[in-house]
Amino acid sequence: MSRALIIVIALVLVFGFFGCSTYNGLVNKDENVNEAWARVQSQYQRRADLIPNLVNTVKGAAEFEKSTLQGVIEARAKATSINLTADQLTPENVQKFQQAQEQLSGSLSRLLVTVERYPDLKANQNFRDLQAQLEGTENRITVARNDFNTVVRDYNQSVRTFPAAMFAGMLGFQQKGYFEASQAAQTAPTVQF
Amino acid sequence: MKKLLLSFIVTLAIALGALAQDIPAKPNPPRLVNDFANALSADQRAALERKLVAYDDSTSSQIALVIVPSVQPYDISEYAFKLGREWGVGKQGKNNGVVVLWAPQDRKVFIATGYGLEGAIPDAIAKRIVSDVILPQFRNGQYYQGLDQGIDNIIRYASGEYKANPSDRNSEEAPSGFLIFIVVFIVILIIISRSKGGRGGGGRGYRSGGGGGPIFFPYTTYSGGGSHSGNWGGGSGGGFGGFGGGSFGGGGAGGDY
Repeated sequence: MSRALIIVIALVLVFGFFGCSTYNGLVNKDENVNEAWARVQSQYQRRADLIPNLVNTVKGAAEFEKSTLQGVIEARAKATSINLTADQLTPENVQKFQQAQEQLSGSLSRLLVTVERYPDLKANQNFRDLQAQLEGTENRITVARNDFNTVVRDYNQSVRTFPAAMFAGMLGFQQKGYFEASQAAQTAPTVQF
Repeated sequence: MKKLLLSFIVTLAIALGALAQDIPAKPNPPRLVNDFANALSADQRAALERKLVAYDDSTSSQIALVIVPSVQPYDISEYAFKLGREWGVGKQGKNNGVVVLWAPQDRKVFIATGYGLEGAIPDAIAKRIVSDVILPQFRNGQYYQGLDQGIDNIIRYASGEYKANPSDRNSEEAPSGFLIFIVVFIVILIIISRSKGGRGGGGRGYRSGGGGGPIFFPYTTYSGGGSHSGNWGGGSGGGFGGFGGGSFGGGGAGGDY
């Protein structure tokens, strides 16, 4: 009788200890994800902040196709309207976020292609600086996204592998979404002989 | 048909070979000028190395010049950030490193700035250094002049941002404080064990046990301190002291010629 009780207590203790350490590990990894996500968001925000400046410079320097500029402004509005806090990072939400941002990337690159037709704009130092900043921001976004994916992979692995998987669901740790390679990168050029 | 298959296999092999190429290992002994493509003469490399080491000594900011034949299949920017992070260019905490990357086969140049220098060398400035200083010289085949002037410009913009921290050099500082602490600790332990031994009367067994304890104890802690100081001590040699673990977040700009 008392021996059974001792065994039960021991089991509960071992289980509890295990649960605690798992929980702490998951909290650490969750924090890493939050931090990486904050960095991703601030880089996207930085891009969004550059766009009004860019649009004004382009508008001032060239009689521009209105539709291209309008496309950028609309895509920016849409992209900035999707804000995810760190606990909303489900795969679907991340995908939605990424889609909106990629739409903005698309309309931005359309704008920059059209600019090729305006030599004075291309020679304009202000525009060149803005372009450099925009390129730099895209690079930072790539780095931040890769870092985010790395920590999410680590987190997801712990949530799904055996000992933690027992507790993770119970304690409210869900899998989180990744950034996927963009559509443009996925359609690799076909080689013809 | 056979020909087609053969050409397919050859292309695949080439593609795989390109994929297998990765970031070169951190140079040992550490150098700031790393010419993996043999694009510069030995004199030119030595001159640039002297300039960069002197700059590292006076400001602690590290500018690494890396020349690789090709960065394929990466973007040159991605390659530069990866390399900067893996080598740890710049000091940890300050992140004041710069990677100047040149890929002669791709005809591309990139300046990657560490987190800590993004304010001193914003992307627009990095872009100007590349497209107004380096690339015009490169187009004339004046590679050394382009790199030399480009580095001069980087130094000009980055100077004033960081100063060499004297305690970085004088690495004995932290461990010596720790050592004093350990000595005081030992003395206290000895005093305690002595007084205990005196009071207990049967002093011999007690004293030897107490004596064994403190000697063994600080030894283990001390060896930890020793390896720590060795880690830093590498920095106080004659030439370049090694990369410091700086990180990169995607700042910088590049161009092709």
